[in-house]
Amino acid sequence: MSRSEEVIPKLEKHKLSSLISKGERIDGRELNEYRPITIDVNCIEKAEGSAIVSLGNTVSIAGVKAEIGTPFADTPNEGVLIVNAEFLPLASPSFEPGPPDENAIEIARVVDRGIRSSRTLDLERLCIIPGKRVWVIYVDVYVLNHNGNMIDASGLAVLSALLTAKIPVVKVSEDERIGITDEWVPLPIRDRPVPVTMAKIGDKLVVDPNINEELSMDCRLTLTVNERGSICAVQKGGRGSLSMNDILYAVDLALKVSKEIRSALPPLPKIEDITYVVK
Amino acid sequence: MLVRKEVKPLRLIDEDGLRTDGRRVDELRNIKIDVGVLKNADGSCYLEIGRNKVMAAVYGPREVHPRHLALPDRAILRCRYHMVPFSVLERKSPNPTRREIELSKVIREALEPALFLEYFPRTTIDVYIEILQADGGTRTAGISAAAVALADAGIPMRDLVTAIAVGKADGHIILDLNDLEDKYGEADMPVAMMPNLGSITLLQADGEFTPEEFKEALNLAMKGIREVYAKQREALRRRYLKVREEVEGSV
Repeated sequence: MSRSEEVIPKLEKHKLSSLISKGERIDGRELNEYRPITIDVNCIEKAEGSAIVSLGNTVSIAGVKAEIGTPFADTPNEGVLIVNAEFLPLASPSFEPGPPDENAIEIARVVDRGIRSSRTLDLERLCIIPGKRVWVIYVDVYVLNHNGNMIDASGLAVLSALLTAKIPVVKVSEDERIGITDEWVPLPIRDRPVPVTMAKIGDKLVVDPNINEELSMDCRLTLTVNERGSICAVQKGGRGSLSMNDILYAVDLALKVSKEIRSALPPLPKIEDITYVVK
Repeated sequence: MLVRKEVKPLRLIDEDGLRTDGRRVDELRNIKIDVGVLKNADGSCYLEIGRNKVMAAVYGPREVHPRHLALPDRAILRCRYHMVPFSVLERKSPNPTRREIELSKVIREALEPALFLEYFPRTTIDVYIEILQADGGTRTAGISAAAVALADAGIPMRDLVTAIAVGKADGHIILDLNDLEDKYGEADMPVAMMPNLGSITLLQADGEFTPEEFKEALNLAMKGIREVYAKQREALRRRYLKVREEVEGSV
């Protein structure tokens, strides 16, 4: 999807920036306050897992589809996870149809990095026949309404969809034929990495920027924090720059905010006793 | 197909604290920078760091094509990061991958804060980065090379942009990851900054850092950046001393 240039009136930009310099925001939030989050899971019955996440007026939908495929040559004993993001033209007057542009690709890759780095999905348990057949888990995330901070909305949608997804236990016969059983089990998920995006406006950092704040920002920083309180993905975006102090402040802020957000997410599935492949 | 296999090392850091290529944890690979190596480009730079070989070229400020992309109040900056097919062990398709599209974007955003784009309305500055050989840390090598090429093109800059990666291998925070450390290490964090201004213009990471490790890694990146910055300056100075000699010799 390509994007035409979005604009914000100078008056509004000025108002917004001067408010933030006084520690206030145009929508009344605190600088470190997230918009209300709602998460609606399993909204698409035909998907293996799905979630609609809204952060205020920003809405993303993610769906999980699983199929049996071949592993990558360098990881013969691991399942495959593929995250894709697209901006739909119905989501914003500035989105146009077409293949994913650099912004959509960036979001998909940042979300993917957070999930991969914290080893959220135990890919080894998704191996069916080593070197030959594995589960391939596709997560596609679509922004439905863009009102700022699509990274976090998409990251939370992908995570929520994965947390609620179910795949069937597979049965492998002596001659390596694969059958699907009637028993459906949750994906082997062991972490919930939460992305926290902050925008730098003037000399302040604001959490979860809305669209007008994004249009006024110098740059943004996304820190993905996992259950252990470690940082498992970082992405700076936008034209401006950050100081060392900005970054250190952002780390403290992200650690704090990520805990609140995590409490809104579906719980981790109990997976210890699950056998994904039976003989 | 000729396959040259790479062997996964048993460990990345040995009992003497040395890495697979014999470096200490806080040591850079050898760096070589040549300025003005391409005749057609307005500015260019060839940079080697370890086995990475990177060519960067700058064209502009020049007219924008297609025209509708031009901005009335400033120049646009366009950036393409590209790996040539023979730069890696297994041939890479020459088409831009999703990785290259993302890197082109973050590299552009890393360079843009250094430029006075408002000096050149309705024009474009095009930066092309070709990775001729890749061995871990190509985006950072590309940024350091592109900044030198921009300076060589005579484009006004607030500061050079200097980049290096830090990461984690066998539990140690390390500077300037090579390909093995990037692949088999626990974490990787490329950082770019304008060293004199203390402004960080690119920050990415994957892998896992505790907040303490994250801070330690950032500080190590600062140290590496200061060292690379000295090499960039020295290369630019060398180039322009040579230009001066040529000019004065011809009088």
